[in-house]
Amino acid sequence: MTSRLSGLPDFMFPSLTQVFSTLFNGLIDGQITKAIIISFKRILIGFSIAVILGFILGYLIWRFTFVEDTLGFLVTAFQSIPSIVWFPLAIIWFGLNDFAILFIVTIGATWTMTMSATSGFKNVPELYQRVAKTLGSSGFHFIKTVIIPASIPQILSGLRISWAFAWRALMAGELLGAGGGLGQLLENGRALGQMDLVISVMIIIAVIGTMMDRVVFVRLERSVQTKWGINQAT
Amino acid sequence: MKKMYLKIEGINKSFTNDQNEKVKVLDNISMEIEKGSFVSIVGPSGCGKSTLLDVIAGLEKADSGFISVSGKKINKPGPDRVVVFQEDGLFPWLTVLDNVMYGLHLKKISKIDAEKKAKEILKMVHLSQYIHSYPHQLSGGMKQRVAIARALVMEPDILLMDEPFSALDEQTKMMLHNELLDIWKETKVTIFFVTHDIREAVKLSEKIVVLATRPGKIKEIITVPAMKDSMMPNSVTLKMERKILTILQTEIDKVWKEEMGDEYSFQTNYIHRSDSNHLGNDI
Repeated sequence: MTSRLSGLPDFMFPSLTQVFSTLFNGLIDGQITKAIIISFKRILIGFSIAVILGFILGYLIWRFTFVEDTLGFLVTAFQSIPSIVWFPLAIIWFGLNDFAILFIVTIGATWTMTMSATSGFKNVPELYQRVAKTLGSSGFHFIKTVIIPASIPQILSGLRISWAFAWRALMAGELLGAGGGLGQLLENGRALGQMDLVISVMIIIAVIGTMMDRVVFVRLERSVQTKWGINQAT
Repeated sequence: MKKMYLKIEGINKSFTNDQNEKVKVLDNISMEIEKGSFVSIVGPSGCGKSTLLDVIAGLEKADSGFISVSGKKINKPGPDRVVVFQEDGLFPWLTVLDNVMYGLHLKKISKIDAEKKAKEILKMVHLSQYIHSYPHQLSGGMKQRVAIARALVMEPDILLMDEPFSALDEQTKMMLHNELLDIWKETKVTIFFVTHDIREAVKLSEKIVVLATRPGKIKEIITVPAMKDSMMPNSVTLKMERKILTILQTEIDKVWKEEMGDEYSFQTNYIHRSDSNHLGNDI
């Protein structure tokens, strides 16, 4: 409807039916499906690295004051750099390939993850730590059984935000980079003047983003909240 | 002669406050506690009784002096001296059973034995029905009982209790007093009990250590007549409570004067003291 009224030619502003048929065909013949799989692989790898790095950095910042004074400040600074800004550097370092894209996905999520891990560790109630210590816990066991579980609620919301950052970084990276994926498909659509494809991919991006948030993260958060007996805000 | 078990020898401890001044909290505290006894520490708020407990637990380091349990010096927390805190401190991510089993995992006890032991202890505190519940599903008194079970299951040499019942309502408190006495008789564990409630101290313990405040030092050690098997007659407990309150009077006076200015005097405002029902509740 809007497309009819816009006065633009069909290829620039395709109708809804056209978009849906492209979307459907793309999913069936594998063009879109393949792109989804490629993108997913990338984000899973990048995100996992970011989470591990975030945990390690968060632990170091929490544990050692001198790391907090130095690295803690840097993390805040890095976090305010949009990850796509790293792309020129990444291309020079790694070339225009998968690594460059992975790099910006990782760097997009790492800082947020670091910050939420740090604040999660810092906010573990003193009481739990004292209890565990008097029961004989120390060292790695102490971290594993008290510090990490006690900071789970905060870490979960950190994961959720980091995922969103990683997803954005991935799309931007693929759009500029190479090697397939949803972002690349967008670029193809633009180059070939197929706006129906572009809009289809946009729909897919939105659907995946929402699904991850609602199905994975919100559910995880809810289950933790019910287990802990924390009143739900929403 | 009974063997001295917990030895506290010349403990000094100072903290640095916000104005960077050194404040002496514990001043040359020395005492000896027999194995299997129930000792209470009473004193006005801020007298350092909880700090003393932390030092015994190994959570705080003393500036000088030492503490030993049956001859062994203490310098860090350990499962031989488990603490029950004012708040239960149960881990919200574990079930009641897992909370109680937490310390056992560290003792290298097999899973089956650990579970059996934990269940036994939970039966002792009458919580068998709730072993698979999460802490938030329990009432305050139940949570505190789980905390006690979690400490007892470690079979500690000394059970350190830091005002464990002060956050509970009166009825729950009374019930838990009886339960604690039963447990003490059954397990013969040595209990070091910190409280600000004189009545609680008289009801539960064999020996009461009265601490003076700022700096905290031992003012007097009172032995409570042994009548644990039957309820102590009211007149006896009242007399004890009054005695302790008299000892503490100057100390409480000190604290209140500091809080409310020098013109305040405990003596002139003692209407509530004549009402014996409120004895000991106002510290």
